[in-house]
Amino acid sequence: MRIIGAIIVFLGLWLLLSGVYKPITISLGVISTLAVIFIINRMDSIDGDRVEIRLKPLAFLWYNVWLLGEIAKANWIVTKIILSPSMPIKQHMFSVPYTQKTDLGQVIFANSITLTPGTVTIETEPGHFLIHAVAYTTDDKTALADMDRRVTACEKAKSA
Amino acid sequence: MSILATIVEVISWAFMLSGSFFVIIGAVGTLRFPDFWARLHAISITDSAGVILLFTGMSIQAGFTLITVKLIIIGVFLFITGPTATHAIANAALVSGLRPKEAKGFTGVEPEPLTKPDADPASSE
Repeated sequence: MRIIGAIIVFLGLWLLLSGVYKPITISLGVISTLAVIFIINRMDSIDGDRVEIRLKPLAFLWYNVWLLGEIAKANWIVTKIILSPSMPIKQHMFSVPYTQKTDLGQVIFANSITLTPGTVTIETEPGHFLIHAVAYTTDDKTALADMDRRVTACEKAKSA
Repeated sequence: MSILATIVEVISWAFMLSGSFFVIIGAVGTLRFPDFWARLHAISITDSAGVILLFTGMSIQAGFTLITVKLIIIGVFLFITGPTATHAIANAALVSGLRPKEAKGFTGVEPEPLTKPDADPASSE
């Protein structure tokens, strides 16, 4: 079942990326897909690692839309700093606690912080991230706590 | 050229020009900012706003074709790998001992020292 799903996904990806639909190219695509499936199955006996994606799809989609808005706002702030003659930068390193249970949730939170200009995640430690801000304001921590809450809301509860 | 095609052209060029603007801003920031840590933030403008706006503009220009699908795939890929690469650079700088210069009146948080667990099987030789 899992193999059939993988074949469909790989073949679909190949067809989308190729764009040349002659019998010979399509048969080459089928052959390479089957080769990849064969190798993956062989590898599975060595490394049977499964990645679980525990996310609510719609909530995560909505989170991405919200994140794009945040990126736009942060971009504008940093652009103004770069273009202003006095360049009012105020560097500060601080820690932000995270509440995500899954690895994936933590990665999404850390990457979201880095993706918004002005803040970069520089170290992950148990229970909190180290953040570096180029123009620190006291609002930063509440804004990041808000982002943390939104990412956690996207996580699905652990199914037993 | 019909009216609709003109509108599409104008919108896509608006996106692409604003994307180019942010790429240039990122370059200017990289030159103007004083040290490594601040420059990191200037580059992240190029990374986020520049890439997103340029790709949106190109997708509108291409219309509903396979090119747009490829652009979206590349865009999603960059959306995940961009911040990961930035984090890798920042973390390498932190681990090798470069500390950000704190603003006046601030003291930064020090990272917890790297302590090795006593019963590390790899180093118990």
